[in-house]
Amino acid sequence: MIAALFILFGVSMSLIGAIGLTRLPDVYTRSHAASKSATLGVLCTLTGTLLYFLISEGYFSIRLILGIFFVFLTSPVASHMIIRAAYRSRVPMAETSVQDDLQEYMRKKAGQAER
Amino acid sequence: MFEVLMIVALSLLSIAILLNIYRAVKGPSGADRVLALDAIGINLIAGSAILSVLLHTHAFLDLILLVGILSFIGTIAFARFVERGVVIERKR
Repeated sequence: MIAALFILFGVSMSLIGAIGLTRLPDVYTRSHAASKSATLGVLCTLTGTLLYFLISEGYFSIRLILGIFFVFLTSPVASHMIIRAAYRSRVPMAETSVQDDLQEYMRKKAGQAER
Repeated sequence: MFEVLMIVALSLLSIAILLNIYRAVKGPSGADRVLALDAIGINLIAGSAILSVLLHTHAFLDLILLVGILSFIGTIAFARFVERGVVIERKR
Protein backbone atom coordinates (compact mmCIF):
# COMPACT_ATOMS: atom_id res chain seq x y z
CA MET A 1 0.00 0.00 0.00
CA ILE A 2 2.88 2.36 0.79
CA ALA A 3 4.26 1.52 -2.67
CA ALA A 4 0.99 2.72 -4.21
CA LEU A 5 1.24 5.93 -2.18
CA PHE A 6 4.76 6.54 -3.45
CA ILE A 7 3.76 5.86 -7.06
CA LEU A 8 0.68 8.11 -6.90
CA PHE A 9 2.69 10.93 -5.31
CA GLY A 10 5.37 10.65 -8.00
CA VAL A 11 2.86 10.62 -10.84
CA SER A 12 0.96 13.63 -9.51
CA MET A 13 4.28 15.44 -9.10
CA SER A 14 5.17 14.88 -12.75
CA LEU A 15 1.64 15.96 -13.74
CA ILE A 16 2.19 19.22 -11.83
CA GLY A 17 5.49 19.62 -13.67
CA ALA A 18 3.76 19.16 -17.01
CA ILE A 19 1.11 21.76 -16.11
CA GLY A 20 3.92 24.15 -15.21
CA LEU A 21 5.55 23.37 -18.55
CA THR A 22 2.44 24.49 -20.39
CA ARG A 23 1.55 27.54 -18.32
CA LEU A 24 4.78 29.38 -17.48
CA PRO A 25 5.88 32.32 -19.67
CA ASP A 26 9.45 31.69 -20.87
CA VAL A 27 11.95 28.88 -21.33
CA TYR A 28 13.86 29.46 -18.08
CA THR A 29 10.83 29.24 -15.78
CA ARG A 30 9.57 26.27 -17.76
CA SER A 31 12.87 24.51 -17.21
CA HIS A 32 12.60 25.33 -13.50
CA ALA A 33 9.19 23.66 -13.40
CA ALA A 34 9.95 20.69 -15.60
CA SER A 35 13.36 19.50 -14.43
CA LYS A 36 12.83 19.54 -10.67
CA SER A 37 9.30 18.18 -10.51
CA ALA A 38 9.89 15.53 -13.17
CA THR A 39 13.03 14.39 -11.35
CA LEU A 40 11.25 14.15 -7.99
CA GLY A 41 8.29 12.43 -9.62
CA VAL A 42 10.33 9.74 -11.32
CA LEU A 43 12.43 9.21 -8.17
CA CYS A 44 9.27 8.62 -6.10
CA THR A 45 7.81 6.33 -8.75
CA LEU A 46 10.95 4.20 -8.96
CA THR A 47 11.14 4.04 -5.15
CA GLY A 48 7.53 2.86 -5.10
CA THR A 49 8.32 0.17 -7.66
CA LEU A 50 11.33 -0.95 -5.62
CA LEU A 51 9.17 -1.17 -2.47
CA TYR A 52 6.48 -3.08 -4.36
CA PHE A 53 8.85 -5.78 -5.57
CA LEU A 54 10.57 -5.89 -2.17
CA ILE A 55 7.31 -6.33 -0.23
CA SER A 56 5.32 -8.55 -2.57
CA GLU A 57 8.07 -10.89 -3.82
CA GLY A 58 11.12 -10.23 -1.65
CA TYR A 59 13.03 -9.28 -4.80
CA PHE A 60 15.58 -6.53 -4.35
CA SER A 61 16.40 -4.98 -7.72
CA ILE A 62 19.87 -3.52 -8.13
CA ARG A 63 18.84 -2.19 -11.55
CA LEU A 64 16.17 0.00 -10.01
CA ILE A 65 18.70 1.39 -7.52
CA LEU A 66 21.02 2.14 -10.43
CA GLY A 67 18.15 3.75 -12.34
CA ILE A 68 17.26 5.99 -9.39
CA PHE A 69 20.89 7.01 -8.95
CA PHE A 70 21.38 7.67 -12.65
CA VAL A 71 18.23 9.78 -13.07
CA PHE A 72 19.09 11.73 -9.93
CA LEU A 73 22.53 12.52 -11.35
CA THR A 74 21.76 13.19 -15.00
CA SER A 75 18.43 15.01 -15.14
CA PRO A 76 19.61 18.32 -13.57
CA VAL A 77 22.75 18.18 -15.73
CA ALA A 78 20.65 17.80 -18.87
CA SER A 79 18.43 20.73 -17.85
CA HIS A 80 21.50 22.86 -17.15
CA MET A 81 22.95 22.10 -20.61
CA ILE A 82 19.68 23.00 -22.36
CA ILE A 83 19.31 26.27 -20.49
CA ARG A 84 22.92 27.27 -21.10
CA ALA A 85 22.42 26.59 -24.81
CA ALA A 86 19.22 28.65 -24.76
CA TYR A 87 20.95 31.59 -23.09
CA ARG A 88 23.91 31.50 -25.46
CA SER A 89 21.63 31.39 -28.49
CA ARG A 90 19.80 34.46 -27.07
CA VAL A 91 16.37 33.09 -26.33
CA PRO A 92 14.56 36.09 -24.77
CA MET A 93 13.33 36.14 -21.19
CA ALA A 94 9.77 37.01 -20.20
CA GLU A 95 8.81 40.68 -19.99
CA THR A 96 8.27 40.49 -16.24
CA SER A 97 11.91 39.62 -15.47
CA VAL A 98 13.81 42.55 -13.97
CA GLN A 99 17.48 41.69 -13.69
CA ASP A 100 19.99 39.94 -15.93
CA ASP A 101 23.39 39.71 -14.28
CA LEU A 102 24.84 37.20 -16.69
CA GLN A 103 24.47 39.55 -19.68
CA GLU A 104 27.13 42.03 -18.54
CA TYR A 105 29.50 39.21 -17.69
CA MET A 106 29.09 37.67 -21.13
CA ARG A 107 29.57 41.06 -22.79
CA LYS A 108 32.78 41.68 -20.82
CA LYS A 109 34.04 38.23 -21.71
CA ALA A 110 33.30 38.83 -25.40
CA GLY A 111 35.22 42.14 -25.19
CA GLN A 112 38.22 40.36 -23.71
CA ALA A 113 38.12 37.80 -26.48
CA GLU A 114 38.26 40.55 -29.12
CA ARG A 115 41.34 42.18 -27.63
CA MET B 1 -7.69 -2.14 -5.61
CA PHE B 2 -3.98 -2.00 -6.29
CA GLU B 3 -4.45 -2.50 -10.02
CA VAL B 4 -7.06 0.28 -10.12
CA LEU B 5 -4.57 2.61 -8.43
CA MET B 6 -1.90 1.67 -10.96
CA ILE B 7 -4.27 2.31 -13.87
CA VAL B 8 -5.14 5.72 -12.39
CA ALA B 9 -1.41 6.47 -12.10
CA LEU B 10 -0.82 5.47 -15.72
CA SER B 11 -3.65 7.69 -16.96
CA LEU B 12 -2.36 10.67 -14.95
CA LEU B 13 1.08 10.05 -16.43
CA SER B 14 -0.34 9.98 -19.95
CA ILE B 15 -2.09 13.31 -19.31
CA ALA B 16 1.31 14.68 -18.24
CA ILE B 17 2.92 13.34 -21.41
CA LEU B 18 0.14 14.90 -23.50
CA LEU B 19 0.79 18.30 -21.91
CA ASN B 20 4.49 17.86 -22.66
CA ILE B 21 3.68 17.00 -26.27
CA TYR B 22 1.62 20.21 -26.47
CA ARG B 23 4.69 22.18 -25.37
CA ALA B 24 6.94 20.27 -27.78
CA VAL B 25 4.62 21.13 -30.69
CA LYS B 26 3.94 24.76 -29.76
CA GLY B 27 7.23 25.82 -28.13
CA PRO B 28 8.55 29.03 -29.66
CA SER B 29 12.27 28.24 -29.46
CA GLY B 30 14.29 25.09 -30.04
CA ALA B 31 15.27 24.85 -26.38
CA ASP B 32 11.60 24.58 -25.39
CA ARG B 33 11.16 21.58 -27.63
CA VAL B 34 14.31 19.87 -26.37
CA LEU B 35 13.18 20.54 -22.79
CA ALA B 36 9.74 19.05 -23.43
CA LEU B 37 11.22 15.98 -25.12
CA ASP B 38 13.58 15.48 -22.17
CA ALA B 39 10.61 15.65 -19.80
CA ILE B 40 8.77 13.11 -21.97
CA GLY B 41 11.78 10.76 -21.72
CA ILE B 42 11.85 11.09 -17.95
CA ASN B 43 8.11 10.43 -17.74
CA LEU B 44 8.50 7.34 -19.94
CA ILE B 45 10.88 5.91 -17.33
CA ALA B 46 8.15 6.27 -14.71
CA GLY B 47 5.63 4.77 -17.15
CA SER B 48 7.69 1.63 -17.74
CA ALA B 49 8.16 1.24 -13.96
CA ILE B 50 4.39 1.44 -13.38
CA LEU B 51 3.78 -0.99 -16.25
CA SER B 52 6.17 -3.53 -14.74
CA VAL B 53 4.28 -3.24 -11.43
CA LEU B 54 0.97 -3.68 -13.25
CA LEU B 55 2.13 -6.78 -15.12
CA HIS B 56 4.03 -8.34 -12.13
CA THR B 57 7.22 -8.85 -14.10
CA HIS B 58 10.90 -8.01 -13.68
CA ALA B 59 11.53 -7.89 -17.39
CA PHE B 60 11.04 -4.14 -17.84
CA LEU B 61 13.54 -3.07 -15.20
CA ASP B 62 16.41 -3.08 -17.71
CA LEU B 63 14.33 -0.75 -19.86
CA ILE B 64 14.32 1.92 -17.13
CA LEU B 65 18.10 2.19 -17.09
CA LEU B 66 18.27 2.05 -20.89
CA VAL B 67 15.69 4.79 -21.49
CA GLY B 68 17.41 6.94 -18.85
CA ILE B 69 20.80 6.68 -20.53
CA LEU B 70 19.41 7.21 -24.05
CA SER B 71 17.37 10.25 -22.98
CA PHE B 72 20.40 11.82 -21.30
CA ILE B 73 22.65 11.29 -24.33
CA GLY B 74 20.03 12.62 -26.73
CA THR B 75 19.43 15.72 -24.62
CA ILE B 76 23.13 16.49 -24.35
CA ALA B 77 23.59 16.06 -28.09
CA PHE B 78 20.68 18.39 -28.87
CA ALA B 79 21.92 20.96 -26.37
CA ARG B 80 25.34 21.00 -28.01
CA PHE B 81 23.67 21.31 -31.39
CA VAL B 82 21.57 24.30 -30.29
CA GLU B 83 24.59 25.95 -28.68
CA ARG B 84 27.35 25.46 -31.26
CA GLY B 85 25.78 24.16 -34.47
CA VAL B 86 27.74 20.89 -34.40
CA VAL B 87 27.47 17.88 -32.13
CA ILE B 88 31.01 16.51 -32.31
CA GLU B 89 33.74 19.09 -32.79
CA ARG B 90 36.81 18.59 -34.90
CA LYS B 91 40.16 19.00 -33.17
CA ARG B 92 42.38 21.44 -35.04
